[in-house]
Amino acid sequence: MDELPIKVSDDIVRVRQQVRSAAVASGLSLVDQTKIITAASEIARNALIYGGGGSARIEESASPAGRPGIRIIFTDQGPGIPDVNLALTDGWSSGNGLGLGLSGARRLVDEFDLATEAGAGTRVVVAKWSR
Amino acid sequence: MDRVPIQRIGRTLVVSIQIDLQDDTVEQLQEDLAEQIIATRATGVIIDITAVEIVDSFIGRMLSAVASMSRLFGAETILVGMRPAVAITLVELGLSLPGVRTAMNAEKGLRLLDGRT
Repeated sequence: MDELPIKVSDDIVRVRQQVRSAAVASGLSLVDQTKIITAASEIARNALIYGGGGSARIEESASPAGRPGIRIIFTDQGPGIPDVNLALTDGWSSGNGLGLGLSGARRLVDEFDLATEAGAGTRVVVAKWSR
Repeated sequence: MDRVPIQRIGRTLVVSIQIDLQDDTVEQLQEDLAEQIIATRATGVIIDITAVEIVDSFIGRMLSAVASMSRLFGAETILVGMRPAVAITLVELGLSLPGVRTAMNAEKGLRLLDGRT
C-alpha cells in the first residue's frame, strides 16, 4: 500500500480510516480493529507533534503462527527519542499529553518495535493478528 | 474542519458526535460548549458518543477537560453511549476518564441529571 503522509492533524483521521479498512479486510474482530486503530492514532499523533510529521505504511501481514492481520510502519525524520525507556513509561510526557501515547499503544497491539536515533528520526512498527 | 452541533433541551445541552473526530474539532467543541453553557445557563451536558468508533488519549483527555470545565460553570457532564470495544480499548490504554460520569444511553443520562435536584 502507498505511504500515507502525516503532515497535518487531518492526516491522523485519514490514517485511522485506512487502518480501519485494512483491519476489517484482514478479518480482525471489532475489539481488535478498535485497538489497532486507537494505537495507530496515538503513534500518528506522536509522529506529527514530536517528530514534525512523517508517514505511515499499512501492510497485510501474518503472525509467526500464520494468523492473518495487519502491520503498520510509522516513520518520521524528527529529533528522535532521547530516552526510549522513559518514553515508554506510563505517565511520562514531554508534551502536554497524558503520557499514555506510546506506552498505551504498545499495550493495544501484538507486536511493537521502536527504533530511534537522536537527530535521525523514529520508526515504530505495530501489528495486530486475528485470533 | 467539521463542527459538532450543540442542541439545547431545557437546561441541558446535548452534543451528539456523529463524525470522525479531528483534533481541531475536539478543541473547538470545548470552546463552543463553554460559550453555550454560559449563554444558556445550562446545568447539564450530555455527550453522546454512540457513533464514535475510537477514543484515543487525546480525545479522552478533552472529554475529561470538558467535564471539569463544565463543572466550573455549574453544569454536570454525562458521557453516554460508549461502545463496548471503545470501553475495552480505553481501559487497556490506561485511560479512566477521571471526573467524567457515564450512562448507558441518553435517556439514562438525562434521568441522572434530573435526579440531582
